[in-house]
Amino acid sequence: MTDVSATKDAVPATDELVVLKNVNKHFGALHVLQDIDLTIARGEVVVVIGPSGSGKSTLCRAINRLESIDSGSISLDGKPLPAEGRELARLRADVGMVFQSFNLFAHKTVLENVTLGQVKVRKKDKAAAEETARALLDRVGVANQADKYPAQLSGGQQQRVAIARALAMEPKVMLFDEPTSALDPEMINEVLEVMQQLARDGMTMVVVTHEMGFARSAANRVVFMADGQIVEETTPDQFFTNPRSDRAKDFLSKILHH
Amino acid sequence: MFDFLEGYDLLGAFWVTVQLTVFSGIGALVWGTILAAMRVSPVPLMRGFGAAYVNLVRNTPLTVIIVFTSLGLADIFSVTLGAGGDFETQNFRLAVLGLAAYTAAFVCEAVRSGINTVPVGQAEAARAIGLSFTQVLTNIVLPQAFRSVIGPLANVLIALTKNTTVAAAIGVGEAALLMKEMIETEAQLLLIAVIFALGFMLLTLPTGLVLGWFSKRLAVKR
Repeated sequence: MTDVSATKDAVPATDELVVLKNVNKHFGALHVLQDIDLTIARGEVVVVIGPSGSGKSTLCRAINRLESIDSGSISLDGKPLPAEGRELARLRADVGMVFQSFNLFAHKTVLENVTLGQVKVRKKDKAAAEETARALLDRVGVANQADKYPAQLSGGQQQRVAIARALAMEPKVMLFDEPTSALDPEMINEVLEVMQQLARDGMTMVVVTHEMGFARSAANRVVFMADGQIVEETTPDQFFTNPRSDRAKDFLSKILHH
Repeated sequence: MFDFLEGYDLLGAFWVTVQLTVFSGIGALVWGTILAAMRVSPVPLMRGFGAAYVNLVRNTPLTVIIVFTSLGLADIFSVTLGAGGDFETQNFRLAVLGLAAYTAAFVCEAVRSGINTVPVGQAEAARAIGLSFTQVLTNIVLPQAFRSVIGPLANVLIALTKNTTVAAAIGVGEAALLMKEMIETEAQLLLIAVIFALGFMLLTLPTGLVLGWFSKRLAVKR
């Protein structure tokens, strides 16, 4: 863990990749995101934790505009998020997203899942896309499943394919929306290991998770959310050993003593 | 017993029925899919048009639509669909147009219900890798939607096959027109009815069986 953070510290912290300013969002009467300010530097791994309904998934989904926001601004690599259309699609290609329920394309094989975006969005030719796809599938450890359909794979394998699918777009930042929450316990580690490796390789990551072990070992920063607000934002060590807010203390006491 | 059949082109009439079904079936499938895409599009104007079309067309009797193509489109607006004065061809094409326009409304609703069976996460994942609305629809949503509505689409196709008999109203020489002619001149009424009923079953039963098989084969496993 120490050598992980050592390599992380070498990354220049000034290079801002994702910037959220004063972001607000309502679901009807519910104010799910309240004046959110968050800056994510290139190469940084930010873990977002918090109780259910705190708005952490919404925050994650707002970054590639799967959720629209009511006010405020979100910019990626200096460019503000476009509202709709081609521009938005182009931007989304630069933001990798991994979902809780995997969402692999059910009618396509594993290999096709990973090549589709490369061919349709990046306009690569099929052979090159397949080569990249096979290399990525090998990297996440499911190379031998390339010709199967998603339903034939275990949850852990599906999620690793989903990571490969996102990586195939060569994204600037990867968003993980509770990537291990739908997994059987024994499959959680195989996914977390892939994510650890990604973090070590310097990928910028925003991870919404309940895996405190991952937060401790891989995160540069922990963002604690409750009731639509960022309550605390600090290093994992600080957060887990010495949380400042009562809300965080309460949350940690509930999850750590089992 | 079957002597009375001599002089009638039974096969030829059913061949016209098959042609009507195939051409208007293809037309309805294409137009119906476009309508379904309109009904789920983010553009309010398109959604409105799709909804208005479906509700207008599927609630209008087919006979009215078919007769309108002939008396309205052809006679008043001089739409001849390139038939160049050949009334037989003109009426056939008008019937195909009417049948396709009518059946498309049902295809649209079948496809739309298929779109609703595709989990929203599929489209989200597709958008997340940067696909445009059209790409999401054609690469991810529609292929899965179609697989789940092959059964209902078979119903629509079977109904279409039998609906082609309405084309007789504007003089298209298909099976029902021949039946009417035979009933007027021959005595074996019951036998004629049975022959034509069997003829239609011969067309529609395999449609249902084959598409039922495809429906199972192509089902998306989740």
